[in-house]
Amino acid sequence: MADPDAAKLDAAKLAVAKVIPIGDGAGGAPKARRKVPARKPPRVSAPQPETLLHDPAPAPEPEPATADDVEGSDWDAKVAQALAFLRRRITGDYVVDEFGYDAELSDKVLMAAFRPLYKRWFRVETRGLENMPDTGGALLVANHSGTIAVDAIMTQLALLDDHPAHRPLRMLGANLVFSTPVVSEFARKTGATLACNADAERMLSSGEVVGVWPEGFKGVGKPYSERYKLQRFGRGGFVSAALRTQVPIIPVSIVGAEEIYPIIGNAKTLARLLGLPYFPITPTFPLLGPLGAIPFPSKWIIEFGEPIRTDVYDGNAADDPMLVFNLTDQVRETIQHTLYKLLMQRRSVFF
Amino acid sequence: MGRVVLVTGVARYLGGRLAQVLQADPSVDRVIGVDVVPPTADLGAVEFVRADIRNPIISKVISSASVDTVVHMAVLAQPGHAGGRTIMKEVNVIGTMQLLAACQKAPSVRKLVVKSSTTVYGASPKDPAMFTEDMEPKALPRSGFAKDSVEVEGYVRGFARRRPDADVTVLRFANFLGAKMETPMSAYFELPVIPTVLGFDPRVQFLHQDDGLDCLRLCTVEERPGTFNVAGRGILLLSQAIRKAGRPPLPLPSALVSSVGGLVRRANVVDFSPEQLRFLTYGRVVDTSRMRDVLGFEPRYTTAECFDDFVRTRGLNSRFPPAAVAAVEEQLAAVLSAGLGGGRRDG
Repeated sequence: MADPDAAKLDAAKLAVAKVIPIGDGAGGAPKARRKVPARKPPRVSAPQPETLLHDPAPAPEPEPATADDVEGSDWDAKVAQALAFLRRRITGDYVVDEFGYDAELSDKVLMAAFRPLYKRWFRVETRGLENMPDTGGALLVANHSGTIAVDAIMTQLALLDDHPAHRPLRMLGANLVFSTPVVSEFARKTGATLACNADAERMLSSGEVVGVWPEGFKGVGKPYSERYKLQRFGRGGFVSAALRTQVPIIPVSIVGAEEIYPIIGNAKTLARLLGLPYFPITPTFPLLGPLGAIPFPSKWIIEFGEPIRTDVYDGNAADDPMLVFNLTDQVRETIQHTLYKLLMQRRSVFF
Repeated sequence: MGRVVLVTGVARYLGGRLAQVLQADPSVDRVIGVDVVPPTADLGAVEFVRADIRNPIISKVISSASVDTVVHMAVLAQPGHAGGRTIMKEVNVIGTMQLLAACQKAPSVRKLVVKSSTTVYGASPKDPAMFTEDMEPKALPRSGFAKDSVEVEGYVRGFARRRPDADVTVLRFANFLGAKMETPMSAYFELPVIPTVLGFDPRVQFLHQDDGLDCLRLCTVEERPGTFNVAGRGILLLSQAIRKAGRPPLPLPSALVSSVGGLVRRANVVDFSPEQLRFLTYGRVVDTSRMRDVLGFEPRYTTAECFDDFVRTRGLNSRFPPAAVAAVEEQLAAVLSAGLGGGRRDG
C-alpha cells in the first residue's frame, strides 16, 4: 500500500474519530504492525476490515487491483473457511474445553467484534510484552477500572493479537458474573472461569495464562475522582495460587480505562434494587440513554511488568500468610508505581 | 467359593443388564435381583425376588442367601417412574435406610456398591469449574432426585462408619444417555422444541449406558473401595448438544422456564424440577482423574461421542443431519466462489 494513500485514509479516519495524530505521519508497514511489540509510537493506520475468520493476511478490499488470481484464490479460501465454520456451528461439531472456553468462537468472532475498539478507538499501545512467557503458566495481575470490564477484554486482545505466541488469556471472574444472564455465557465462552483457588490452580497448572483483577468491583466501580488509585487487593488468594503452582506473577498496568466512562455518581438505591454492586452515573449515562454506552476515546497504554518469580519459594510457601501479604503488597506497589510513571509520560487523556 | 450378589432395581434397564452381566461372570455364583415390579426384560438365570426394599423382607433375603455383595441401584431419578414424588422419595430414602439396616445386621455382607449421581454437587454460580470428590456442594440440593442422592450418600457413609470391615464403593455418575435408558436428560432432548434458560449456556457431561455398566461390573467384581466421579471425557455446552440433536432451542427467561416446566412436569413428560432447572442454568462438570488413576477405569465414549451415539440410536437428528449440512456447504462454496470470483474479474 502506498504511503500517501495510507496517510489520506488516516486523516479521514481520524476526522471521524475526532482524535489528533501525533508523530509518525509517514506510514510504516501496516501489515506488520500487529507483530511489532511494545514501545511503538502510537498511530492510527488505514482501516483493515475485519473478516469473520481473523487471518493475518491482509483483507483484499483496500488493495489496488494488482494480483487478481492470487486474490481470487484467497477469496475462495476465505469463503470455504467461513462455510466450514458455519457448518461446524450448525452441527455442533466443535470442541469446548472443560471450563467452557470456545476458542474458535471467541478468537474469531467475539474478539473480532472488539478489535476495532482495541485498534482504532482506544489505540491500545502495549509495552513489555516480552515479559510474558511464550509457553507455560503465568498469572497476570492488573488494575481494574472503567465502570464495565472493558479493560479485561482489551488485555485479552493485547495478548491474543500483539504477543508473538498469540496466547489466550483466561480470566477469573466474580460469581456475580456467573449468575448474570448473557454475561455468564459470554464469560465462559471467552475463556473465563470463577475466581476461586480451585479453578485458578487448575488453569495455572495446565499451563494457561490466567488474568486476575484483584480489586474487583471496588476498582471497576470507583468514582472518577479516585482514578488510578488502587483499591484493596482482595485477600491475596491469587498470590497463593501462583505460589502453589509455582508460576510467575506478571503485574500489568492499564492506563486509559479510567476515562472511558467516568463515574460521577452512584445511584445506590437503584443498584440495591437491581442487585448490582453499583449503578454508575456518567456524564452521558443515563442522560443520553443508549448513547451513554459509547465510551470516551481515551488513549490506552497496557504495560506488562517484569515477572515476579514464585518458584524460588518452596511448596509450602502458600501457607505462610506473611509471605502472601508481602507478595500481594509488592505486586500492588509495582502496579501503582507503573501507573504513576505512565501517567507522567502521558501528554493527554486522548492521545 | 463364588460370590452371591444382590442387585436392587433390576426391573429397570441398567439394573437388569448388570444382573445378567454378573450372572455370566465366573467369579459370581448367584445373582439375586430385587425390585418392586417384575422386570420387563428376560433376566435369564438371575433369581428375581419381588420385594419392596422399603419393608424388612429384604433382610430375610440377604441372610437366607448369605449375600456378600450388595449393589444398590434402586434410587429413582424421575417421579414419573415411581408414580409420584412421594413414592419416589420413599423408595429412595426409606428404601436405602431399610437396605442398609439389613446389610449392617448381616455379617455375610462384605461389600456395598452404590449407584449415586453427580447431582449431589448441586448447581450454582459459585461452583468451581470442576468438582473433585472431596469438594462440598456450594449450594446443597434442596429437592428431588438430587436431594435424595445426598441423603442416600449420607446413610451410606453411616453404614461405612458402622461396618468398617465392609468395602463401600460410591459411584457418582454423570447424566446417563444411551439407546435404551430413559433418564431426565434423554426425555429432555427428545422434546420437539427444547426450552433453555435465556442467557445461560451450561456445561454438561454425559456417560454412556455401556460405560456405566462396565464401571458397575468392575466395582462389583473387584475391590475398588472409595467414592468416584464417573463421566465421559470432555464436556459439551448445552447449546452444542441441542445443535447436535438438530432441535430448535427455545430460550426463555428463567422464571418462565420454571412455570412452563411445572406444566410439563405435571403432564409427566419431562422432569423440570427446580434442581433440574438449576442444572440447566449453571451446569455441572466433575473432575474424573480419580476415576482414571485410582479406579483404573476409562469410559470408551467421550461426552461428545456418547451424545452422538445417543442422537444416532434414537434417530433424533433427522432435520439437519451433518451429512446434509456438509453437502449444502459444498454447493454453497462452489456457487459463491464462482459468483464472487467471476464478479471480481469482470469488475
